[in-house]
Amino acid sequence: MNSKTVLQFVTGGYIVLFFIYLFLPLVFMGIVAFNTSSIPQVTPWEGFTFKWFGELFADKQMWEGLFNSLIVAFFVVIISVPIGLGATLFLTRLQIKGRDGFYALLVSPILTPGIILGISTFLFWDKAFHLSGGLWTAIMGQSTFISGYCMLMIMARAQRFDRTQEDAAFDLGATHRQVFWKITLPFLKPALLSAAALAFMQSFENYNTTLFAIGFKQTLPIYIGTKLRQFISPAMNALALIFILLTITGAAVYEIIRRREGRRS
Amino acid sequence: MSVSAQKTRFCWPMERWPMRKLWKDALRNFGGIGVIFILLTVGGWLIFMIILPQLIMLDFSFRPLLPLRKLGGPEDVYTLKNYILLFTTPLHRAIFFKTIWASVIVTGVALAICYPISFYLAKVAKGARLGWILMGLIIPYWINELLRLFAWQLILADSGILNQFLMFLGIVSDPINFRAGNGAVIMGMAYAYILFMVFPLYNAMESLDRNQIDAARDLGSSWLRIHWRIVIPYAKPGIAVGCIMTFMLAAGSIAAPQLLGSPSSFWFTQIIYTNFETANWNQGAAYAMILAALCLVFIMIMLKVFRVSLKELAK
Repeated sequence: MNSKTVLQFVTGGYIVLFFIYLFLPLVFMGIVAFNTSSIPQVTPWEGFTFKWFGELFADKQMWEGLFNSLIVAFFVVIISVPIGLGATLFLTRLQIKGRDGFYALLVSPILTPGIILGISTFLFWDKAFHLSGGLWTAIMGQSTFISGYCMLMIMARAQRFDRTQEDAAFDLGATHRQVFWKITLPFLKPALLSAAALAFMQSFENYNTTLFAIGFKQTLPIYIGTKLRQFISPAMNALALIFILLTITGAAVYEIIRRREGRRS
Repeated sequence: MSVSAQKTRFCWPMERWPMRKLWKDALRNFGGIGVIFILLTVGGWLIFMIILPQLIMLDFSFRPLLPLRKLGGPEDVYTLKNYILLFTTPLHRAIFFKTIWASVIVTGVALAICYPISFYLAKVAKGARLGWILMGLIIPYWINELLRLFAWQLILADSGILNQFLMFLGIVSDPINFRAGNGAVIMGMAYAYILFMVFPLYNAMESLDRNQIDAARDLGSSWLRIHWRIVIPYAKPGIAVGCIMTFMLAAGSIAAPQLLGSPSSFWFTQIIYTNFETANWNQGAAYAMILAALCLVFIMIMLKVFRVSLKELAK
């Protein structure tokens, strides 16, 4: 064996080990969902069952959490994507003094621990508008940093934009509205859609920020967190398995769309 | 110099006023509705979501905790009391230092594990295999952090897989309490946040020209030297972003200590959470500011060590 084969062997082994590390815990977690034992465990195996899924679906709090999560995620998308677009136009199109400072300020929420955003949002709305924690503060807290992610995604595409297209349209007598709807927006559309998908997923799984911002209401992750801190039932494994399967489906669909887009452009 | 300064000052209300030029520029670029849209979105975000909430929290952190009727009274004055508590309470101080070193360990482990993977992805893997591996990284990345930690809860429990396995092999006769110390939390954090290191590294290495590596190899460089002199300097912004994100997530993690920590060993985020549960907003706000300051210091160190600017990070 020469040194190149050895190197390939070692690399391959390392990659395999890494993926075992990544996926084995998740596989165990999924298997437990079907064990009859009321303590979540793989061994001893007491028989195959679907009853934990039944227990999960019978839990009203879970449905309430899911419903709240969907509402919050919907509004986060509605708020964050336009903010990301506005910030992109602001930072890429204008000759602003102190542009780097603005930029640093706008990305700072991404680099701030989530719990701090949650706390400051909660305190702000409580103090300034006497609105105590609830779905609205959760939406605001999450949008603070999710807007930053949207901005980065939209900006990445905007930087590849050929401005002469717009200039040509203006020269030919187009109005601002026409240029925006016919040229700028269609060019940014893929980035806007990805940003919306990212915003939805970020919001849907957010725990840190929401925990501090939401007060006494519950989203799905808050529900999961509360359950996992108390007595743990395999119903949580059933929920985890559903989550994993949905994630795999979502990732697959996203990849397929992305590749199709990639082939086209 | 003074003459020109006077000249400038004399002129600025007219044409040299920068805001006026910016305004004209904006109107020409976006039209009236466009300018309103940008003002609403960027202004709203900046003022109502970024700046004012932080200022309110800062204000809270410098005030004492008072019953409602005493608010605005003679005792409602600015004080450093909430900050000083960290230094006067040995337990809090110890927990704060634990948060720092544990986050540094998590960051270091994540960097060590992810560097080879990212390099393989960026410069070795091709075609379908690359697609599969990326997919394999994206899927666990999108599974809820809580559920990823839950998986480790099951593995490390008294009747969990690891203990069952060790007892089956006859290595131990009684289950080990893995969750007694800080190890379980650190392991959980490393597992949950490791993917935030992979993608920045991969993005940074991807655009490196393979010819540079080949040229160095042809000239007789060892692979260690190639990485030290070519790949690492090129991937610096990615390494910095990965380290900053991982450190920030670990230091600010509340889920990992809640799910994997032992009741006898608290983490800094849990102190903050307890303060909020007991409605001591002021103390909680002060500790939150300290946590924010810690992350800011870490970011500055990273930018200094890797000699990158904040602007380069977003690439």
